[in-house]
Amino acid sequence: MNGYNFAYLDEQTKRMIRRALLKAVAIPGYQVPFGGREMPMPYGWGTGGMQLTASILGADDVLKVIDQGADDTTNAVSIRAFFERVAGVETTTVTTAASVIQTRHRIPETPLEPGQILVFQVPIPEPLRFIEPSEQETRLMHALEEYGVMHVKLYEDIARHGHIATTYAYPVKVAGRYVMDPSPIPKFDNPKLDMSPALLLFGAGREKRLYAIPPYTRVESLDFEDHPFEVQRWDERCALCASADSFLDEVITDDAGGRLFVCSDTDYCESRREESA
Amino acid sequence: MSRPELPGPEIRCPDLARPVLLDVQDITRLYGPGKGCEAIDFRLHAGEVLGIVGESGSGKSTLLRVLAGLEAPDAGRVVYRRPGDADETDLYAIGEARRRALLRLEWGLVHQNPRDGLRMGVSAGANVGERLMALGQRHYGQLRAAGQEWMAQVELEPARIDDVPRTFSGGMQQRLQIARTLVTRPRLVFMDEPTGGLDVSVQARLLDMLRTLVRQLGLSVVLVTHDLAVARLLAHRLLVMRRGRVVEAGLTDQILDDPQHAYTQLLVSSVLTP
Amino acid sequence: MTPFLTVEGLGKDFVLHGQGGLALTVMRDLAFGLYRGECLVLAGPSGIGKSTLLKILHGNYLAGSGHIRLQFDDGPLALTGLPAHAWHALRRDVIGYVSQFLRVVPRVSARDVVMEPLLARGADACEARMRAETLLARLNLPERLWSLPPGTFSGGEQQRVNIARGFIGEHPLLLLDEPTASLDAVNRAVVVELIHEAKARGAAMLGIFHDADVRERVADRLLSLEAFMAPSLSSSEPASTSRGLPHA
Repeated sequence: MNGYNFAYLDEQTKRMIRRALLKAVAIPGYQVPFGGREMPMPYGWGTGGMQLTASILGADDVLKVIDQGADDTTNAVSIRAFFERVAGVETTTVTTAASVIQTRHRIPETPLEPGQILVFQVPIPEPLRFIEPSEQETRLMHALEEYGVMHVKLYEDIARHGHIATTYAYPVKVAGRYVMDPSPIPKFDNPKLDMSPALLLFGAGREKRLYAIPPYTRVESLDFEDHPFEVQRWDERCALCASADSFLDEVITDDAGGRLFVCSDTDYCESRREESA
Repeated sequence: MSRPELPGPEIRCPDLARPVLLDVQDITRLYGPGKGCEAIDFRLHAGEVLGIVGESGSGKSTLLRVLAGLEAPDAGRVVYRRPGDADETDLYAIGEARRRALLRLEWGLVHQNPRDGLRMGVSAGANVGERLMALGQRHYGQLRAAGQEWMAQVELEPARIDDVPRTFSGGMQQRLQIARTLVTRPRLVFMDEPTGGLDVSVQARLLDMLRTLVRQLGLSVVLVTHDLAVARLLAHRLLVMRRGRVVEAGLTDQILDDPQHAYTQLLVSSVLTP
Repeated sequence: MTPFLTVEGLGKDFVLHGQGGLALTVMRDLAFGLYRGECLVLAGPSGIGKSTLLKILHGNYLAGSGHIRLQFDDGPLALTGLPAHAWHALRRDVIGYVSQFLRVVPRVSARDVVMEPLLARGADACEARMRAETLLARLNLPERLWSLPPGTFSGGEQQRVNIARGFIGEHPLLLLDEPTASLDAVNRAVVVELIHEAKARGAAMLGIFHDADVRERVADRLLSLEAFMAPSLSSSEPASTSRGLPHA
């Protein structure tokens, strides 16, 4: 194995992270500090997610890595190659074939199944950070459930834009207790967090925090009675697979303003095209 | 040559006892010898505005921080009694969660500098609505209506509800802070030099507004000020502090018109009269 | 019959700590009774302690020695030694004070100044407003002034606002500190009327009137303070008006 321990991290580190993960699963939505390690890539490229993935991978796992929904971006390809090399695990791009999926910014369109684990890469784990710079104070606010300020943010959105304009990293309340940042996934994906059959793990490498949503946990997106939570909708369909209900990326096709909309989830899009072919 | 008393309506003695809202028992909080406050003992009654006066460094701001639940005393108790509730709340014996909930919902604190009491980056409406949202109010339309109502109450243009505080003048910011504090109708409000940084004409407007709000809402107030004119206009009773201790206490006009303690006499006679 | 107000052995010193603890005795062993429905007028030269007595009875000055007692229908109340907070209700409901000078609160209209004593008792705002306007009209304050703050009014106009404010609450005990000092004959007559009406409803009044004519018309008795003046003192009643120390 090229001189690396299985899955790169030493066993002590993996044990420490697993213990933190157990705590995170036991307290859904609560941010657990962990002793993050240096990974062979800079912060911001998914080091938090990679440490979690490394800690939970077994030799018989099948790993999928997506970035903005795509299996074929540089980041996704690199991370997949990394684990192929340091863990020798099988990798896949097929959502249903994967036992562990590391993701940045998306949840696959294909419904997840019991037994699957989704590992999110998280840049800023603290949903209260925008209003409160002190870590000590935000921890206290979580402990005391002082979440009024979260609605201040949504209020501002409506006041400025006429509707809740937050589209990414839309805050949620987990199991009726902790307010959590679901990482910069589009709010389109928020409903998939609710009562998900898969285990959802979140790792922030720079801030050395991890948190979790165990399977079948209530996850509510914060909103107002008269401005209920809503997901994005498109008038267009996917130009490739004609899906009307997946998250679409806008692609500029030429210098003349030509553009089209395609699924951000490449695996989903391909499997639909294969089916119809 | 006394004359027979004319018959008149029966005159009964009014109820002179008022419920005690805040019972401050022997509070000491010292940062060093003579720095802080020492052996402070008084009661605040429902509906009363109590002024704490003294020069800077007299310990009045430290005392206010202890009373307002922001800083535990070295010794002594701050006991809060809700009217009509037999239980008393020992401010520093309850857990932090309950204390913070009390401060957020039943009490209020108006800072000298509105920047310390406002969220400068969010709109006036969000500032006013925050305490309501913390209480669980989840209706945007109602929050907005409450915001506009309170802005009008503190004489701010309701049409400016979406403007951020930094576009407001100092006096407007201070009024906004007061609206933000009073929106949940707290029973007890602490004010730290509320007119401190303001121009005289702006001060007058704020003082008048505070007087009206105190009466209309039946507020009880602990007001820290070094300005005796402010104390005279707002406070029913005064505590005079010097070097961390209360040297004299009494009715506001008695303290100012017939001061007993040497320090109070000096303080009162040092005021410039226009 | 017991007087509504009884004063016994009342004495007052001003101790001036800034003057090396100089003690000025301005009153000794004052005793008198004031019945309901009468107006007792304080007599004696200026500086004899007339205003001082009114201020002691209103709680502005602390009594140095002696006893002050109010006889309510449900029992007596000693004012000396009352805790400060007890004066709030006492001033609101029992002891009214009409001073020579109006303490102007910026931005508060004349009408609101007059209404305030009623509002403080929780009175209906409309009713309070009506009574305030009635009084201001009786005192011939031009209607265009009612909604203006009295800060810019003339001395006489301010005084009429203050008189209206003093009489509107119909306190059982009224302390009148030269309420007619700068009024013309017409308005002096209105004040005399107000005093007679207060008497008729059973109010006890203690007043200072320099105007001999008014004194003649309202006084049931005169109380000379000369006998109770400290012998060492000739004419040094504290000229303390709005603020500050008594001037030695």
